[in-house]
Amino acid sequence: MPEEKKPDINCTRRETFVKLGLGSLAVAGVGALVSGSEFLSPNVLYEPSPITNAGKPERYPQGSVTADTKTGIYIVHGPEGFYALSAVCTHLGCLTTWAPEQNRIACPCHGSKFSVEGGKIEGPAPRPLPWLRVWLSDEGDLMVDRSTTIPARQFLRT
Amino acid sequence: MAKAIEAYVNELRETRLWRSVFRSGTGATNLHRALAVQQNIFLHLFSVKMRRAALQFSVTWYLGTLSLATFLILVSTGIPLMLYYHPSVPQAYADMKDLQFVVSAGVFLRNLHRWSAHAMVLLVFAHMFKVFYRGAYRAPREFNWVIGVVLLIVTLFLSYTGYLLPWDQLAYWAITVGSNIMSAVPLLGQKMRFLMLGGNSVNANALLRFYVLHCVILPLAAILFIGVHFWRIRKDGGLYTGEGKTHE
Repeated sequence: MPEEKKPDINCTRRETFVKLGLGSLAVAGVGALVSGSEFLSPNVLYEPSPITNAGKPERYPQGSVTADTKTGIYIVHGPEGFYALSAVCTHLGCLTTWAPEQNRIACPCHGSKFSVEGGKIEGPAPRPLPWLRVWLSDEGDLMVDRSTTIPARQFLRT
Repeated sequence: MAKAIEAYVNELRETRLWRSVFRSGTGATNLHRALAVQQNIFLHLFSVKMRRAALQFSVTWYLGTLSLATFLILVSTGIPLMLYYHPSVPQAYADMKDLQFVVSAGVFLRNLHRWSAHAMVLLVFAHMFKVFYRGAYRAPREFNWVIGVVLLIVTLFLSYTGYLLPWDQLAYWAITVGSNIMSAVPLLGQKMRFLMLGGNSVNANALLRFYVLHCVILPLAAILFIGVHFWRIRKDGGLYTGEGKTHE
């Protein structure tokens, strides 16, 4: 039987076990951190759908601005056609209101003002109100998608 | 009469039952007094002795103690309020109104909770300014200043999370605005807002998360850091009583 060779390691058995223990604790810690942060982030949201059926276009007479406070949108029937604006202020997310006597959209929280086409008139809002995607469903209903913004001045003609 | 009560109390303190709870003895010597503090789990955070100067009103205006007092009021009024409050969208507002108009003493507890919350924010700020302007934050008390900053943040978050719970218009829009301010943090802002609200808007998940933060996580954090804060007063040489007086 050949003489047993001592393995070439420079740490004791105790040190090896300490390293093993700390290493597995670190792995378990990282795993707990990752799965913990995953846990905090919900995978399914029971929030209202971003797509709204706004009914027949005939409901909105020429020149009207209709606010839907439930969904936070304006449906405007302007001279060039229909369009939808987000009613959520671009400053800090308050719901703006349509002030017909001033012909502008105003935010009650911090005094931002917008034109009927969403353009910024007065701060502190950093951006104009975004235009939202509007289309006609197969049944002829006006549909608005709050999650999709489009470039300004894209009118829907019926 | 007073003599009789005193004699009775002294007799009580000699009983075996009393001595099994308070083992420091009943003597009036400095040793016994020190032991009485040192052997009590709550009091042992504090020094067994303190300088007479540190007890003067002008030194602290008692602002730290008053902050603690409001915190204790908030805990003792908040827990009973939890018995009638459901953190759910259909019920939260109605429960808050029930506490005001239907529950016996509900309006008292709710108002006491609300006013104490305002007072605590005020007192914590006053405490901070007092410590700052007297220079009591300097070595060796720098770390306790840091603990104090943590406690200030915890206090403000407690105040902020509690603000949503009535689930009225004021609460809803305040949290909408506040969470949008949070989303202005570079890179992480949107993610932080999503995690805090548990969704994209102030809704059922946000109400529940704020409730858990307000009733469990933040109070526990506050108690933990208050404990460290008090213990550090002792470890850092007692209350700061002024320049040159710390080692009298």
